Amino acid sequence: MLAYIIRRMAQSALVLLIVGLVAFAMFHFVGDPIDNMLGQERTADDIERLRKQLGLDRPFVVQYFKFLENAVQGNFGMSYRQGRPVIDILLERAPATLELAAVSGILAIVFGIALGVFTAIKRKGFAANAIMSVSLIGVSLPTFLIGILLIYLFSVELGWLPSFGRGNVVDLGGWSTGFLTTSGLKALILPSITLGLYQMTLIMRLVRSEMLEVLRQDYIRFARARGLRDRNVHFRHALKNTMVPVITVIGLQLGSIIAFAIITETVFQWPGVGLLFINAIQFVDIPVMAAYLMLISVMFVGINLIVDILYFFIDPRLRVDRTGGH
Amino acid sequence: MSETPIPAQKSRLRAALESDLFYTFTRSPVAVVAAFVVLLMLLASVFAPLIAPTNPFDPASLNLMNGFTAPMAANDFTGDVFLLGTDDQGRDVFSTILYGMRISLFVGVSAVLFAMVLGITLGLLSGYLGGWVETIIMRTADVQLTFPSILVAMLIFGIAKGITPVEYRDQMAIWVLILAIGLSDWVQFARVVRGATLVEKNKEYVEAARLIGRGSGAIMLRHILPNVLSPVLVIATISLALAIIAEATLSFLGVGAPPTQPSLGTLIRIGQGFLFSGEWWILLFPATTLLALALSVNLLGDWLRDALNPRLR
Amino acid sequence: MAAPVLSIRNLTVEIPTRHGILKPVDGVSYDIVGGEILGIVGESGAGKSMAGNAVIGLLSPPAHIAKGEIWLNGARVDQLKGEAMRRIRGKEIGMVFQDPLTSLNPLLRIGDQLVETMLTHLPISHAEAEKRAIAALEEVGIPGAAKRVNSYPHEFSGGMRQRVVIALALCAEPSLIIADEPTTALDVSVQAQIMALLKRLCRDRGTAVMLITHDMGVIAEAADRVAVMYAGRLAELGPVREVITAPRHPYTHGLMASTPLASKGQKRLHQIPGAMPRLDAVPDGCAFNPRCPYVQDKCRHAPGPTAEGNAAACWFPLVQEELS
Repeated sequence: MLAYIIRRMAQSALVLLIVGLVAFAMFHFVGDPIDNMLGQERTADDIERLRKQLGLDRPFVVQYFKFLENAVQGNFGMSYRQGRPVIDILLERAPATLELAAVSGILAIVFGIALGVFTAIKRKGFAANAIMSVSLIGVSLPTFLIGILLIYLFSVELGWLPSFGRGNVVDLGGWSTGFLTTSGLKALILPSITLGLYQMTLIMRLVRSEMLEVLRQDYIRFARARGLRDRNVHFRHALKNTMVPVITVIGLQLGSIIAFAIITETVFQWPGVGLLFINAIQFVDIPVMAAYLMLISVMFVGINLIVDILYFFIDPRLRVDRTGGH
Repeated sequence: MSETPIPAQKSRLRAALESDLFYTFTRSPVAVVAAFVVLLMLLASVFAPLIAPTNPFDPASLNLMNGFTAPMAANDFTGDVFLLGTDDQGRDVFSTILYGMRISLFVGVSAVLFAMVLGITLGLLSGYLGGWVETIIMRTADVQLTFPSILVAMLIFGIAKGITPVEYRDQMAIWVLILAIGLSDWVQFARVVRGATLVEKNKEYVEAARLIGRGSGAIMLRHILPNVLSPVLVIATISLALAIIAEATLSFLGVGAPPTQPSLGTLIRIGQGFLFSGEWWILLFPATTLLALALSVNLLGDWLRDALNPRLR
Repeated sequence: MAAPVLSIRNLTVEIPTRHGILKPVDGVSYDIVGGEILGIVGESGAGKSMAGNAVIGLLSPPAHIAKGEIWLNGARVDQLKGEAMRRIRGKEIGMVFQDPLTSLNPLLRIGDQLVETMLTHLPISHAEAEKRAIAALEEVGIPGAAKRVNSYPHEFSGGMRQRVVIALALCAEPSLIIADEPTTALDVSVQAQIMALLKRLCRDRGTAVMLITHDMGVIAEAADRVAVMYAGRLAELGPVREVITAPRHPYTHGLMASTPLASKGQKRLHQIPGAMPRLDAVPDGCAFNPRCPYVQDKCRHAPGPTAEGNAAACWFPLVQEELS
């Protein structure tokens, strides 16, 4: 098991190195950092001095490792547009995105699994069929349209909920939270539904099909043949087996929630890192783009790793031999 | 994909495809309606300059006085009537939608074609050649798959934009968009084609072609490629829906088609600004068009997948 | 003879399809008394398993009981629905499936699976159930039961898993066990052990056993009586010895002649011409008539007489000199 985790970690590190290379290449080839840092009045001397100072005269590989070293320490340089250290801007905006993603993720997982199980158990019922049909439209509906639709309904027509921003936030030692004020919580509702809905649909459809598969298995028939209660058969025997394949996908979905937050944040002008990233692309603010890329990669890779480790707690077969399973 | 002998293969494959497909097609009302909508929209896009009452991008044809005319209502100043109303600049919404759809479909179709060619080539190469070629291609695919394709497309768009000189950026935006969406979407094709290639390359007829001295390129193109076409077609259709949505999303976010060449996504971005002021038609019609387009292509893809290859899920 | 534990009367299972109604079980009757093992034998598709599923109430829709009665310990159970039937499953009727590799939930410890089954049916405490779980594992011959109770299914071999399955089927002390091909998926060397175990446990407890198998060898070894099924109908019913040595139904005769029984020491196996009819193409009259070497006109029109007690469902039963 330990060997397996170590190998997975090595693979994760490799992915991060490659992403780092992409980020570094962005710095190196897209726009000249000297151009960006020195104004119009510059001498050849200035350029040479800055080149040395930034280490741009050294070999590519050396520069790459220097870049990684800086990145690990959280040093991503200055934003071209805002003229402040990128890391400061990111940290300032991270809480907004993380709170939004957390609420959406929980919504997506809780409702996705619940509806998936429901539609699997009551496969032939009217409600289950209705849910499945609606979900097909949900998959074709672009996220930003869902957001606009919700704004139209709840902000424009009904006027119940705010259509943009985070509301009032409370600063808890550098972490600004919207959980503690009424306006903050109200502001969270529409964006988190928008962000969570698509993921919820995916999770629901997956849980349903996996559960239907599990319900066909012999051990479920045997459990029924032993007269176990339906509740027990469905939630203890079937659900647990359903979750094994579902967990990987849920892990990946959580990663995409952070990425899809870009869209939701734009629709709702939510002051998170996603909106920052979109603005960075519009203004070709390379350091912000690179830092965002690195940050989100670390998150993705981290989530993947956690999912792999979670397997060991859910599936006893893996604890003994990795090759086990079917 | 059965072991049909080489000479009869092409015609027989085509005949079977057409007859069976057509039969199941006519028996699926959803597919028929979806195909009709897609076809209608394709035609409307291609012939947009002929159908559209005005050319929304010809400043000469615009009258600012016509701004904010509601659908099917006479303008207060000029008395002009517009089927779907006008936007703030007095542009006919119906015309902008036709032109916008043209751009959305052009970007979507081009991006999918690009992804398809790239994916098929890389898939064939990695499946047929194996070794380090395969390792590099498939590892790259794995790393890329770790990230949602919309994010990959945004990054590529950002980088490409950074490389493009400022004065060309708007002009190049459409092509950059195609590149970005295409590059974010090749993995699916490569995986399927590689898988099929691995299966096909060990079959007798490929062995035979190799024995009579056919080159690798010829074998891949003449013998392996025809066998992977049906799954590729399915993926292409589903990818088209995703590409259209991706393009709309990017344009909506302001990192896609520029306002000078608005796609449906750009139009929705513009229309969102009038959500609170009551000019609902500027937003509603482009949004409905996009939804109808994406849903129809999606349904068509779903049906095609079930009809052509039930195992592909 | 003691009152039967299980009594099936004229049981018919139907599956409605687009091509008409199929009858995988068609007018079958038999009894099983406590401590007795009744073998149900037949080719695949003959309706053996379907009859077992009907008894335990696990027919998968659209299959359903269309006619007939099932009596368990003097109570009629074929009309019980949902919750009432669930209480009987596991408590009154235990079931053993074919493949021990797939019949245990891979994610739950075997002890937990035993405990939950007992707690569902018996009024005992959790601690008591745990104690009984260990005892149950010991009884089916699992070494180191006290430790193994905490193991997961994948940590056992196939034979050991089938022992666990048997322990699970018996843990709530049912009066009837339905064993559906209990040894088919096992290594030949293990098959005899499992059969001996099943036989011993049921004799000791006086449990009735419905042993479903296609393997005449298993029947010959373990069963007291045997019911031969063909195309959903009972072809012959009788004590194992008699049926093996002096089959009266021509199908049974063919079946015996085509089975390699060590005791018979034949050189060359017989083959019945043709194949069992598909359920949507059962011929009129006796289902076996197209393949029967002794077919007469009557067989083509009237189904054979019902095989009840010790009888063959044949108009012209063979008067047998013993098979050599």
